[in-house]
Amino acid sequence: MGAFETISFRPEHCDGCNDCMIACARAKEQSDDVLHSRIQIVPAEGGFELAMCRQCGDPECVHNCPAAALSKDGESGVIDWDASKCVNCLLCTLGCTYGGIVYDAPAARVIKCDLCDGHPACVKACTHGALKFLTTARIYNEVGNLEDLFVPGLAGCQGCNTELIMRHAMRRIGPDAVVATPPGCIPGMGSVGYNGLTGTKVPVFHPLLTNTASMLTGVRRYYKRIGRNVKAVALAGDGGTADVGFQSLSGAAERGEEMLFICVDNEGYMNTGMQRSGCTPYGAWTSTTPVGERGRGKTQDAKNLPLLMVMHHCAYVATASTAFMEDLYDKLDRAIAASEHGFAYLHIYSPCTTGWRFPSDQNIEVARKAVQTNFVLLWEFDPQGGLRLTHPVDDPFPLAEYVKELGKYRHLSEEQIAHIEASVARNVSFVQGLAAGRPPTAAAA
Amino acid sequence: MDQTHYLIVGASHAALSALHAIRLHDAEGDITVLTRDQSLPYSPTVLPYVVSGRSKPERVFLRDEEYFARLKVKYRCGVAVKRVSPEKGAVQLADGEEIGFAKLLLATGAAPVLPAIPGLAEVKFHVLRTMNDAIGLREAVPKIKHALVLGGGLIGMHAAENLAKGFVQVTVVELQRHVLSGYFDADASGIIERIFAAKGVQLLTASRLAGLAAHVDCWRATLGDGTQLDADLLLVAAGVAPVTDFLDGSGIQIDRGVLVDDWMRTNAGNVWAAGDVAQARGFFEGERILNGILPDAVGQGRIAGMAMAGDAGAKPYAGGVPLNTYAFFGQQAVSVGVQETALDPAGVEVHKQVDAERARYLKIVLRDGRLAGIFGINWAFDPGVMWELILRRIDLGAVKQAFLASPQQTARGLMSKTWR
Repeated sequence: MGAFETISFRPEHCDGCNDCMIACARAKEQSDDVLHSRIQIVPAEGGFELAMCRQCGDPECVHNCPAAALSKDGESGVIDWDASKCVNCLLCTLGCTYGGIVYDAPAARVIKCDLCDGHPACVKACTHGALKFLTTARIYNEVGNLEDLFVPGLAGCQGCNTELIMRHAMRRIGPDAVVATPPGCIPGMGSVGYNGLTGTKVPVFHPLLTNTASMLTGVRRYYKRIGRNVKAVALAGDGGTADVGFQSLSGAAERGEEMLFICVDNEGYMNTGMQRSGCTPYGAWTSTTPVGERGRGKTQDAKNLPLLMVMHHCAYVATASTAFMEDLYDKLDRAIAASEHGFAYLHIYSPCTTGWRFPSDQNIEVARKAVQTNFVLLWEFDPQGGLRLTHPVDDPFPLAEYVKELGKYRHLSEEQIAHIEASVARNVSFVQGLAAGRPPTAAAA
Repeated sequence: MDQTHYLIVGASHAALSALHAIRLHDAEGDITVLTRDQSLPYSPTVLPYVVSGRSKPERVFLRDEEYFARLKVKYRCGVAVKRVSPEKGAVQLADGEEIGFAKLLLATGAAPVLPAIPGLAEVKFHVLRTMNDAIGLREAVPKIKHALVLGGGLIGMHAAENLAKGFVQVTVVELQRHVLSGYFDADASGIIERIFAAKGVQLLTASRLAGLAAHVDCWRATLGDGTQLDADLLLVAAGVAPVTDFLDGSGIQIDRGVLVDDWMRTNAGNVWAAGDVAQARGFFEGERILNGILPDAVGQGRIAGMAMAGDAGAKPYAGGVPLNTYAFFGQQAVSVGVQETALDPAGVEVHKQVDAERARYLKIVLRDGRLAGIFGINWAFDPGVMWELILRRIDLGAVKQAFLASPQQTARGLMSKTWR
């Protein structure tokens, strides 16, 4: 048994329009009467709540059926109802504590959600974002069986996000690849070698900070010349991408070299002692932007590297976060495909427990808050479709929710927070402008 | 002597639920299941539908051979346990064979009670508890004209309906003033009785069967008031009682059923009991009651299985709540919780709506602002959600009026907010 797809409900986005119920009644009973709907939205205390089948893992309705008419499908996870076996005794309705299987009087039988064979009509009908069909299970079921291409026991810090990114990315990319890891945490934790061995199960090399993209260019071109399709992959930090490595990166992107360049952005040179980089945000403490009598952290804003890559008209550019794995995997798939014919660039945010100073069990939560506050925007770009936000946050949490989690921002004054808020707002407006096809200058204004 | 770690006697809902719970925690320990039936497991609840022909006997099995093979369970059917020796850790079968166990679950269910009616022993009668009973009854239906059903409980009423649908003239004799008095009050039972009467079923309530005798080519029944009835089929459905005769001399405490604690354990440390055979704490009463209903058997079986396997996630029994669903002639009746008459009147309020014309009925019993019982006929609400409201003792205070006006919507809102 694997993981299963499911429908999620966000009551804060529901306005009780009933479109989902009408869509369900139409799909299942060819009727506009919402009584037939397998999804039931109910008004409660000024908002809306939901009653529908949860496709439970250990379903009580199935245990309660005396006629063996209900069963859980091991493939889809859907609890199936067999009309030819059901005796209409209604004992299943006693077992279900969610109102998920109910008697439909006009139809004279029990009804329950069957997820419409993986294409739920209710979700398609919801225009408010209250219903979402979560297909995250696909990652577990498909990728879970793929080989992890790093050895166990990489020496990352406790709670390291970067290690997750490396392992997930390479599982998806697969073994037909050559990996370049310029100096930084990624080779530092052992992927590129210790005691004469490498920690990576595919060919891996350690370029200089400056020439990662150039070396991969040669690797890809060589393999192409001898008739082999080998993916050229960079796993680089933000320093090796945005600062020291930028000249070769920019050149390779401009030439449209076929490779997948993954920037793991932990907002500084964390491996060598937490120095600031071009991606370190305003106000952040680093060892080279110290906090003391006069210093109050970094005094410049970060450069927006992924947008710089958009301006190179790469075959694919996207930002991603490990707090939104479904989104990350979609982008990995598209980036891998784009790297077959052009330059693909993936910028993945990687909160650093050691360098940002927060508890090691909070990494994904920090990553999530970065997105929920709009500090980090998730989007993708390709030359045909332009830029689009993949996880727009219309009602962001206050920025304070994010910065208060992190030791590197502990000293921030109200003015500094206001500065960051202003840069976040500017960035949101700028990216939204690009997404809407407005000229950047107008959007920035 | 065959030795097994877990021995489960019985193979219906409580047994299967326990088996499932054990295997979720212990993938390897030996499990043996013994059942007196000659078949794969089935539910007694489905038998009225086997009688009516709606369910085919070969399609009602709750598990197949592949399931037992996959879970590495030894399933032995056609086997009856004669003696249980907890100190020795063994049971003795009817043929003398012994099976040793480390942990034993008694899930032997219940069997029909035969009332002391003069002449009953001399006449041929049917009961409805096993597959063979159901097949025998189904085969008898086409050959008969007039059936007498003794008992107006759920089994009796289900059978009466199915016999009537088979064009048999049916008479139900019920000792109580109303049918289904275990689940419904007079108003609700009245609605049900009228529908049965309209379908041609004769219901003789507050009636006692005084004697039975053979008469020409049928059976002649004499009622308490002297009335005589002739029938060519007699079905005894006067209730069931736990099957405990094989526990004589075992030292396991029995009252009306096998007495168990909140972990379904008997007074013997290596023996548990669950389902219709068990007598466990009542949710309202505090003392131990028989609550022979399918959903409770499932819940008790799970607790027993988890306790037997040492599953740390086990939670103690919340207490038995009377509940049932009853579908008849296309109508639906649901009973969750207790009638007001079963409660100390202090703090109890009853809200009732009866529309006998349209066969609609709703009664809500509240105690101290919390749900104690809800009973409906052709009235839509979610029985499982109501049961959970009772078990969680949810204070309806703030939403009481809304709940009384629309129990289904309000309960769904509470559910979605409280245990989503």
